[in-house]
Amino acid sequence: MGLLHRHRQLTPYLLLAPGLLWLGVFFVVPLGFLAYQSLQSGNFDIGYSFSWAWGNYWNAVRDYRPQFVRSLEYAGIATVLALVVSYPVAYWIAFRGGRWKNLLLLFIVAPFFVTYLIRTLAWETILSDNGFVVHTLQHLHVLGPGGRLLATSTAVVTGITYNFLPFMALPLYVSLEQIDHRLLEAAQDLYASKWKAFVRVTLPLSLPGVVAGTLLTFIPAAGDFINAQLLGSPENHMIGNVIQSKFLELTDYPAAASMSFILMAAILVAVAVYARAVGTEQLTGTAV
Amino acid sequence: MTDVLTRRQLFERAAAGGAVLTVPGLLAACGGSSKKAASSTSSHQLAKTLRFSNWTLYMDRNNKNHTYPSLIEFEKKYGVHVRYTTDINDNASFFGKIQGPLSRGQSVDRDIVVLTDNDRYLALMIKKGWAEKLDKSAIPNIKNLIPVQQHPSFDPNREYSLPWQSGMTGIAYNDKLTDPILSIDDLLTNPKLKGKITCLNSMGDALTIVMLANGDDPTKVTDKSFNAAFNKIKQAVDSKQIRQFTGNDYAPLLAKGDLVAAMSWSGDIAQLGNKHLHWNVPKDGGAIWTDNMLIPKGGNVYTACVYMNYVYDPKVQGLMEAGDPKRNITGIYYIPPVAGAGEWAKKYDPSVANNPLIFPPKETLSKVKIFDSNALNNQKYLTAWQNLISA
Repeated sequence: MGLLHRHRQLTPYLLLAPGLLWLGVFFVVPLGFLAYQSLQSGNFDIGYSFSWAWGNYWNAVRDYRPQFVRSLEYAGIATVLALVVSYPVAYWIAFRGGRWKNLLLLFIVAPFFVTYLIRTLAWETILSDNGFVVHTLQHLHVLGPGGRLLATSTAVVTGITYNFLPFMALPLYVSLEQIDHRLLEAAQDLYASKWKAFVRVTLPLSLPGVVAGTLLTFIPAAGDFINAQLLGSPENHMIGNVIQSKFLELTDYPAAASMSFILMAAILVAVAVYARAVGTEQLTGTAV
Repeated sequence: MTDVLTRRQLFERAAAGGAVLTVPGLLAACGGSSKKAASSTSSHQLAKTLRFSNWTLYMDRNNKNHTYPSLIEFEKKYGVHVRYTTDINDNASFFGKIQGPLSRGQSVDRDIVVLTDNDRYLALMIKKGWAEKLDKSAIPNIKNLIPVQQHPSFDPNREYSLPWQSGMTGIAYNDKLTDPILSIDDLLTNPKLKGKITCLNSMGDALTIVMLANGDDPTKVTDKSFNAAFNKIKQAVDSKQIRQFTGNDYAPLLAKGDLVAAMSWSGDIAQLGNKHLHWNVPKDGGAIWTDNMLIPKGGNVYTACVYMNYVYDPKVQGLMEAGDPKRNITGIYYIPPVAGAGEWAKKYDPSVANNPLIFPPKETLSKVKIFDSNALNNQKYLTAWQNLISA
């Protein structure tokens, strides 16, 4: 009896073990190593040694504040744009897609069978100075005669929005798809207009998808550097570009490591504030 | 997109991969012992396999069956299988990949790697003792090494390295969109080019040609000449003259017309073969860089040296450089370091042998300089440069 009891207590841990092991080996251990590295001093030639070099953090904030702020800004704008673009699409597929639902979802995902880099480079062609988009915008006087999109913040944000769109669209679809249509009928039976039914019933029920989608978009977008590198000018570079150059070009591992931690902390704070505002129960709400 | 990708090009795009590559690096650093480096063999016995890592599109190739004719020839002649991998896309990330194992005395499973002299990593490999000494008794053809390459500052007696190919840095422009751009001052200040030019992100390349335009000596960099060149480029960034810093991803943009002119590598323009794109050494001089073969610690010295000897045969080098249109073989199209390769190249493909970007005439070569290797390792310069290009 006692043994069985013990076993019963063990079961959840056994079930958790593979996940915990994965998290431990591939997240906690490297993170610990990164933390250790972020507090080292020295240089590549003479070697780095651990010395509680908190100065690395201070220097990073002092020297690269614009890039940190820009990263959160771009990621934030891209997340909002992705939400605005994805919501109607996900809504339409979930409510009107009928038997084409799966095919339509495939259309959203299809471009992402192509690698990230190629997709981003495609935007280099789309937004080209001599391309259709720029010519049209010039014609409409949105852009001046010498105006351009490539190597501007617009191009970078556009690239990020595009590249992370499915991370927004798919969770939105899942939460919208699960909504019980009878609830909407009930709302209309109770004299709610279509719009009111949407605002009072559909929207709140889809919030878990909105929360999951925004987090899945915002978090990787804030650390992205490919879009800024290929579609931006030096003035549009994000903190990811700085970390990449510190790590690979300057072999300044402590600086790169400390910046990674600051970025992580900044994202964590942003997410915490957001979760507070919308309520954490939305994360574990009806979508699960 | 052009289907001609030059070796540097891929990486600028695959910069993403760089960051990813370092993650396994970190893990490896945490523990996990891989096999110890085999102590270098100085015996005169060929290994079964030659493990050769090189840049992409940096070998003669048969377009029909996608093989490398000069490597097949080597395999036949010496009975050594060549495991040829084109996994070098830029110096920094490749160094990032091998420095972990090398610093722990572990094998990197390669006998030859190729690194560029205008980046700091080549000198660093030698300085850190991570390169094997060449066995010159196995390389009699070293006599064919052209004089200008015999005593570089990072390896004065060529004890550790031998050139693979060279290239020049200068200005390229699109003649449909501009008058000829022949000087750096024109490139960086001509208002007609505002926002339509790019600067190379490689510090050695960019600073060499700007210093020459300033009348300074890029082979002996001082704080004063560094600052003058740096500020000139910074002004061009601040005035929005310079649109981006690039690797060779400038090439398709130039061909498309998004760029009017660019700081550019000769080989890119030679490979693009677009008749509207012109490349020239700036009027005050250009830069020359060389990719060098090295044997990383633990590599098989004798086998690697036998291969080096093979490619320093002018006949072999001539084919590698020019290819052979009759057999559908494309050449490397960069600048060979082997004397006498030109004559053999002429036999295979006269148009390549007469291309001044591949076999540059003397007056061109007299105008190109090699960047000071000490400056490449100056952390202050490097940090200032990286902050400028990723502002």
